[in-house]
Amino acid sequence: MPNEKKFEHYEKFKVYANKILALKNDSLEKTLAIALSLCFVCAILVSFAAVALRPLQADNKALDMKRNILDVAGLLQEGVDVNQAFSEQIEAKLVNLETGDYVEGMDVEAYDQRQATKDPAQSIAIPADKDIASIKRKAKIAKVYLVKQGDKTQSIILPVSGYGLWSTLYGFLALEADGQTVQSINFYDQAETPGLGGEVVNPKWRALWQGKKVYNEAGDVALALIKGTVDTGKPGSEYKVDGLAGATLTSVGVSNLVKYWLSGEGFASYLDKVRADG
Amino acid sequence: MSAILNSESKKVLIKPLINENPITLQVLGICSALAVTSQMSTSLIMALALTSVTACSSAAISSIRNHIPGSIRIIVQMTIIASLVIVVDQILKAFAYEISKQLSVFVGLIITNCIVMGRAEAYAMKNPPLESFIDGVGNGLGYSLILVIVAFFRELLGSGKLLGIEVFHLSKDGGWYDPNGLMLLPPSAFFIIGLIIWVFRQAKPEQCEHVDFKIMDIAHGEGGHH
Repeated sequence: MPNEKKFEHYEKFKVYANKILALKNDSLEKTLAIALSLCFVCAILVSFAAVALRPLQADNKALDMKRNILDVAGLLQEGVDVNQAFSEQIEAKLVNLETGDYVEGMDVEAYDQRQATKDPAQSIAIPADKDIASIKRKAKIAKVYLVKQGDKTQSIILPVSGYGLWSTLYGFLALEADGQTVQSINFYDQAETPGLGGEVVNPKWRALWQGKKVYNEAGDVALALIKGTVDTGKPGSEYKVDGLAGATLTSVGVSNLVKYWLSGEGFASYLDKVRADG
Repeated sequence: MSAILNSESKKVLIKPLINENPITLQVLGICSALAVTSQMSTSLIMALALTSVTACSSAAISSIRNHIPGSIRIIVQMTIIASLVIVVDQILKAFAYEISKQLSVFVGLIITNCIVMGRAEAYAMKNPPLESFIDGVGNGLGYSLILVIVAFFRELLGSGKLLGIEVFHLSKDGGWYDPNGLMLLPPSAFFIIGLIIWVFRQAKPEQCEHVDFKIMDIAHGEGGHH
């Protein structure tokens, strides 16, 4: 009977365990036995928690991302089912950053741009002189999100990232179909000073971005944060957004990441193609 | 409650709240008290996390205290504490995602919080599991009390809010209150904790530390003789 055999093992283990426990605390054998069994128990506890909770954590992360994308697209309403709203209104696409073409034949759902950024096979190092956003590497393929009304694209949501004062800010920039007018910006992952640089998530400040223009007549990225408040009467104010009070370095970081990701290093060639397609 | 708690356990539970508060009397666990107290919500979750880790680790350490070899005592304690902290961190990530995003590294840093280790070494190694558990809860609550007081003032004066709900109408939204930016930065917690310690020691002079040495009056000191 296998059960009896198990029982026998257990009895043997018990005898052995009692022998160890009866030893002096500072004997070598007991020290090793206690250390090993403690590690064993703790390892089981930790891995059990990590594995059992992983699905919930992954759901949280995915839901948070979708909520942020809906938010930046202006489609997030109180009490709306995020998953449903996302699948109905938003389409994810992969873009080759160098050529600006859509990448076909890859699993869009499964592609994780932040993960790909760390993988040497899927990313490239950015030369120091071009790395104004201080992100060191970028993925070759970016995941963009489109909001469509029927057949027409309403907005293009681009993933952006760059270093602020304490942390790398990760967020989304939503542009209108002209690839020129800003709809909104949103940061879903940042650790700037709460109340100062952390105000990048403040809805009031984010609302200032709406309607701003990205490229000037020469085709360069002109959109940037300035110190103080923008005088809307002056020419060129459509390229300027109020800086964050008391957070100069975070403001510089945001300007730089916008500049980087909308320049030729980032999405410029993709946006050119979007505009050409009309 | 009184049926479960005898007078000894009650003392163990109540004493760390005011009389032997780990932050104000022993000045332990200051680092996280500075870092997470800019908002009430993060402080409450942090307090809950620390209390459960202190209580559970004290109970676990106490239950094997007679078999812990002295030579690896600290490492055994650290292993137990670290495992529990990781479990708490995982639970927060699964059930309180927003808050865990804000707390970021500070949950992980409970491992190095002196209160947890201090209770393990000072109490759990010498007392039975139930008492150690209660002692952990008591000290966790003492920490929580200070954290909540500090966060109350920092959030109210720094952002005009309490638990994210507006209390003072801010001037930038057309109200009357101009928030104090310093309150949002960690050093402000030093001031508030300092003030709390002052209040505690005014009310209970026996908490004041004895002066180790006295500075000599210059006129009668050695410097005056030639």
